[in-house]
Amino acid sequence: MTLSARATARLVALAMVTVIVQIAALSQVLFLGVGADVSPLVVMAVGFLAGSVAGALTGFGVGLLVDLTLFQTLGVSSLVLTAVGYGVGRFRELRDPAHALAPLALGVAATAVAQIGFATIQFLLGVDAPLSSVLAWQILGALALGALLALPVHALVRTVLGRDLPDDPRSRRRLRAYTTGGLSPISRP
Amino acid sequence: MYDKTVRRRRAVLLLLVGLSLALLTAYFGESRRGPLHSVQRGVLEAFSPIQEGANRALTPVRDLIGWFGDTFEAKGERDSLRAELDRLRQEGVAEGVAQAQNRELKAALDYSSQLELSGFQPVTARVIARPPTVWFSTITIDRGSTAGIRRDAPVVSGEALVGKVSEVSAHAAQVTLITDHTSSVTARVIPVGAGRIVRASRADSGATGIVQTRVGDPGELVLEFVSEGKSVFRGDRVATAGTSPGSRFESLFPVGIAIGEVTKVDDDGASRDVRLRPYADLRGLEFVLVLTRGPGSPS
Repeated sequence: MTLSARATARLVALAMVTVIVQIAALSQVLFLGVGADVSPLVVMAVGFLAGSVAGALTGFGVGLLVDLTLFQTLGVSSLVLTAVGYGVGRFRELRDPAHALAPLALGVAATAVAQIGFATIQFLLGVDAPLSSVLAWQILGALALGALLALPVHALVRTVLGRDLPDDPRSRRRLRAYTTGGLSPISRP
Repeated sequence: MYDKTVRRRRAVLLLLVGLSLALLTAYFGESRRGPLHSVQRGVLEAFSPIQEGANRALTPVRDLIGWFGDTFEAKGERDSLRAELDRLRQEGVAEGVAQAQNRELKAALDYSSQLELSGFQPVTARVIARPPTVWFSTITIDRGSTAGIRRDAPVVSGEALVGKVSEVSAHAAQVTLITDHTSSVTARVIPVGAGRIVRASRADSGATGIVQTRVGDPGELVLEFVSEGKSVFRGDRVATAGTSPGSRFESLFPVGIAIGEVTKVDDDGASRDVRLRPYADLRGLEFVLVLTRGPGSPS
């Protein structure tokens, strides 16, 4: 799946806007003590709509920008979000889920992978943290917020990428339904 | 064709994972003056005006979303503030006596040699960015070296300690909060109602220790290495200890900045677990004061 130059430009702009909105606004809003993190959701949506390569590249770019602008350890967010983008993209390529709520489930999974992946890398890097109830609450809260925001973020990313999507699953299914009369060729009389 | 696509996909993944690991390793191996840190400072400088603009533009949206969360928490906070107000009223009278005694003792002990807040020039800065995870307790502010801010400058909010400046560019700086896992602050325990005759029996008060964080729990601090033979009680206050007389190393923080209140003390004889609640609302900071020595001061 190859992206056009216009789609690539849109993805770069999307990554930059995501990081700025995340660190300048969303991270400063707490809901029941938990901050929303839309970075994994945007990467999930790109992987789901544009495939594994675009998902992995977007994940790497968003992660690198987050680490650079926040003076965090370089490479940590990139590694985690690359895995999220690639994983979601491969899932879509192999299973091609058509259910309307698939982005919601994938959003929760992406948030979980990001939270647990980030925690695991921090533990591996030697950060001495207790497995406290507060940490568990932070992860569970992030999952709940991820579930709430997954569908709007997915719809927003779809709108932003628009017709530049190389192989939009919705268009493909619509085309398949049109050419086969809405049914599989096997089931036609 | 299929093989080519698969090979390309795998190559991209391997390249990105390899790049991430290489960045991680190189970043860990270099000093603060290394090239990757310099790139980060450059990005911080380039992004700070955009972050500041986005921060201001998105304030109404942020406030609207925050309103829902705040409403849930407001009732519990109101009750605890009422209880605190009652306690503070009781302590207010005793504090007057303590202040009078303090003035007399300062005069007797030549206190002028100690570092005081009046020796600093506070610079007000707006918080323009913060990380989304609890693993890094840092904030980015919209003032940098051109406003006289230097690395390691203490940062306060109201009269409570927030942290210290960890990185500076010309027009922005990063502040490491006291809840970050890299933070340590030498502190002194101030018994509640110190100076009151009723607490005079606590001759063993004035314990010192080091305030550190419980990573993953941004609302709690711990007091480690508490001096032996000194008592610490729930409700006691903790403030910066400054530089100890005769110490080889100067503390980054001046003496007497409030840090937090002791919320829990577990003493099993062999070890003491002292927990604190920071006074500053570290997750809700909008403005902070950076204590500088003025423009042109040595770093």
